[in-house]
Amino acid sequence: MKTKAFQKIYTHIENVTKATCTIEADGVTNDEMAFVDGRPAQVVKISGKNITLQIFPGTQGIATDAEVVFLGKPPTLKVSNELKGRFFDAYGKPIDGGPEIEGEEVEIGGPSVNPVRRQQPSEIIPTGIAGIDLNNTLVTGQKIPFFADPDQPFNQVMATVALRAEADVIILGGMGMSNDDYLYYKTLFDNAGALDRIIAFINTTENPPVERLLVPDMSLTAAEYFATKHNAKVLCLLTDMTLYADALSIVSNRMDQIPSKDSMPGSLYSDLAKIYEKAAQFPDGGSITIIAVTTLSGGDITHAIPDNTGYITEGQLYLRRDTDIAKVIIDPFRSLSRLKQLVIGKKTRGDHPQVMNTAVRLYADAASARTKLENGFDLTEYDRRTLDFAREYSRELLAIDINVDIDTMLDTGWKLLGKYFTKDEVGIKQEFMEKYWVGSAT
Amino acid sequence: MSTKGKVVGIVANLVTIEVDGPVAQNEICYIDLKGVKLMAEVIKITGKLAFVQVFESTRGLYVGCETEFTGRMLEVTLGPGMLSKNYDGLQNDLNKMEGVFLKRGEYTYPLEKEKKWHFVPLVKEGDTVTGGDWLGSVKEGWIDHKIMVPFNYEGTGKIESIVSEGDYTVEDTIAVVCDSDGNERKLTMTMKWPVKVEVRSFRNKPRPFKIMETGIRTIDTLNPITEGGTGFIPGPFGCGKTVLQHSLAKYAEADLIIVVACGERANEVVEIFKEFPELDDPRTGRKLIERTIIICNTSNMPVAAREASVYTGMTIAEYYRTMGLKVLLLADSTSRWAQALREMSNRMEELPGPDAFPMDLSAIVSNFYSRAGFVYLNNGQTGSITFIGTVSPAGGNLKEPVTESTKKAARCFYALSQNRADSKRYPAVDPIDSYSKYLEYPEVTEYLDKTAESGWVDKVLQLKDILLRGKEALDQINILGDDGVPLEYHITYNKSEIIDFVILQQDAFDAVDASTPLKRQQYMVNKVLDICNDNFEFDNFEEIGTYFKKIINILKQMNYKEFRCDEFNELEKQLDSLLAERVVELESQAAAL
Repeated sequence: MKTKAFQKIYTHIENVTKATCTIEADGVTNDEMAFVDGRPAQVVKISGKNITLQIFPGTQGIATDAEVVFLGKPPTLKVSNELKGRFFDAYGKPIDGGPEIEGEEVEIGGPSVNPVRRQQPSEIIPTGIAGIDLNNTLVTGQKIPFFADPDQPFNQVMATVALRAEADVIILGGMGMSNDDYLYYKTLFDNAGALDRIIAFINTTENPPVERLLVPDMSLTAAEYFATKHNAKVLCLLTDMTLYADALSIVSNRMDQIPSKDSMPGSLYSDLAKIYEKAAQFPDGGSITIIAVTTLSGGDITHAIPDNTGYITEGQLYLRRDTDIAKVIIDPFRSLSRLKQLVIGKKTRGDHPQVMNTAVRLYADAASARTKLENGFDLTEYDRRTLDFAREYSRELLAIDINVDIDTMLDTGWKLLGKYFTKDEVGIKQEFMEKYWVGSAT
Repeated sequence: MSTKGKVVGIVANLVTIEVDGPVAQNEICYIDLKGVKLMAEVIKITGKLAFVQVFESTRGLYVGCETEFTGRMLEVTLGPGMLSKNYDGLQNDLNKMEGVFLKRGEYTYPLEKEKKWHFVPLVKEGDTVTGGDWLGSVKEGWIDHKIMVPFNYEGTGKIESIVSEGDYTVEDTIAVVCDSDGNERKLTMTMKWPVKVEVRSFRNKPRPFKIMETGIRTIDTLNPITEGGTGFIPGPFGCGKTVLQHSLAKYAEADLIIVVACGERANEVVEIFKEFPELDDPRTGRKLIERTIIICNTSNMPVAAREASVYTGMTIAEYYRTMGLKVLLLADSTSRWAQALREMSNRMEELPGPDAFPMDLSAIVSNFYSRAGFVYLNNGQTGSITFIGTVSPAGGNLKEPVTESTKKAARCFYALSQNRADSKRYPAVDPIDSYSKYLEYPEVTEYLDKTAESGWVDKVLQLKDILLRGKEALDQINILGDDGVPLEYHITYNKSEIIDFVILQQDAFDAVDASTPLKRQQYMVNKVLDICNDNFEFDNFEEIGTYFKKIINILKQMNYKEFRCDEFNELEKQLDSLLAERVVELESQAAAL
């Protein structure tokens, strides 16, 4: 960005730390953006004339006579239809070689939606993956993360979901993404011919970590533009929120703040909530749905990041490798979509809730049968049937490579129930049994 | 001449202001940001510097912004018209705000200025009154809303004049009182009260002794809460905390429900907004929303206002209590409130306590819980605030500071357990870890002897013993295997399962089972206890499981039927014949007969 005429340039830096510098200046506003020696920075503290700036790329090589220019405005993004199909960095500058965007300039991280104006989410986002559509149905306006270990294929699953979901605009916010993953997404979207509805804000591992803090706000500002001005169904993918939180802790540490649990800042909950709560169903039909990734370390969900996330989001999805079928499945026990109650059996076939619950219950019976087996106890005939059922259920419904519509999933569910169980063992409401039961008459 | 000041420092929402006159701790001020007034509260004073927490985003604020101090603490406006309203944490009427997004510095009046209320006087000229006395009443929905002498009226005064029955707005003068020094004060239907100060316009606050029916069996039967009691619900996410709170709001025997959504998900509040106007209130035959006030400061709304929201809720509850009403106050979740305290304490660079929470967290929490309670008003009538807060313990660990502080303050503890939630045993209140201190109160025991049946508390304790024995038996079975333990263990375990499935578990989404009146709970408890006290004979453990599953199934079906309807009676007969198959009398008992 070039400096404008009549802009005051400061050249006397008082203090430099690893991430911040302090100068004396007048008329500076809170949260304002600045350039220190050409590097983007933001005002984080004002104490009389002393202004503390957080320099996003770090302070290496900043001299006390470096030029400081204030922009007089907080970070902004120019929004217009031109955003579609483009890739940007964390500051909203194009990284795909294309031209700058023309459009209305809006502040990022804007105000919250008035809760009484929100609508109740009620529209399904079909993904074709039965582990999601059947057991953990997603709804527009929902926010839900994948809780995944770093070695799990969460990027693939998320990309699949993004491409299959019938969203008008897909926004990818990449934080600390490896360059390989970035290229994976780019090629995938390109090949799928979906590029015209994709917008990406990318901070790769090659960029400074503190820059990541801008990515969610950039992505969601673009999302709000499309959801409110164009009443579009927007799907926002944020990966990886754990790296975002890590950047928060770096900043709070350098600002000498007292850390709370797991050396995270005390405001972690509010910081994350501010992002996730941007998911909303707007009164005029537009919506923002957030699907995020929170990587876990060793599956530990009591760590401050997944723990706080769990209290904010509307459910969570877990991936698990099922060794019986040698495929990755959506774990039916720990995964949960809190908003599914709003649509299943209402927007989908009436038997959906019962088929879903019954199958999961029988799958749980299989799990206890397996424990019995491992502990050396004898299996009953019922136990053996549940194990057979579990294997087929896993392969035909839980695996992430499934791509069918919800009615087919339900039919498959009935087929499996009928194949392995009796009417009594299934225990589904009479009216549905009469309509859909395909097993033996007893 | 009010104090003015200028902004000299800003870190996030903590702003330092240099003042030109006296300021008070907790005083409210407005910072003028190019015409937009941002509300803030003084939280620390050092010499000429006042540190204030701003209730809004401080983006764009600069050194030199003019600030005006109001000379008052954070107050709420109390008067008729609050029922069914949706407020934010500072009592702004959210419905009056324009646009989809919240605007900074937009404050809306919490009552209706134009609306006329039909006022019926309850005092006459010459009567002596004091703060909190009833001057008259208006109909607010189905509630007789008492118009009271302002709580801040010191000493006693004489009614100089009072208007006759008729229609008035909240701002019309309805009475004039004159104190012994001859000072006159005009009274309207509204008053203001600082939220952080307890309303003490009552005669005394005895120990609570009446049970408050909630319709939730695991609470009413096992760990009852009293009218004016306090309780809290800690639980990891996904354990059904919110569903339990919603059930309480729907079925508890209270005149008025105040729900404080404090730093939680916005979509959950939307659920209340959309559902409560549809749901029938079983007590009044009207819609549930007509006895509900919602105070909503969701997680993305400003943090400082989140802290204020619980106090706003409590003060409104105290106002209605002084009218002689039974108020139920629900706060979801108090952990978010504690986190708001932590964020501010952190910015002020105070020395931290455990997990970086402020050192006085425990004192703040206790002080807040102590504002609930059952009171005798000055006119001898009673009123109560029953407070139930939820706690969201970090990592599901109940040893964290907020849970521990709350444990010291609240008398009932409803622990939600992950294991129960995982096995879909809802409500997931753990029967063994949870407790109600009220069961130890002799006055509660006496009350239950009279209202339920003599010796009721003993029966409750017996239920708890059976549950505990069942758990021990299950542990042994799991270690030694099904056939490694005597049959007696299986019977003990299965008896505890009857209590679990029939009394503890309850279907919040079923029309009949969602709420159980106390009389019906009493019937079920007796029925189940009789079974638990019976002796059974079996040949092997497989028989035991199958047999008890049948019993549980019949009892569960009974729970789903209207009490004493034909089907219910039919099921009871089936149960009796099933029991007759297996129950044996021990020789010793037979001999005694």
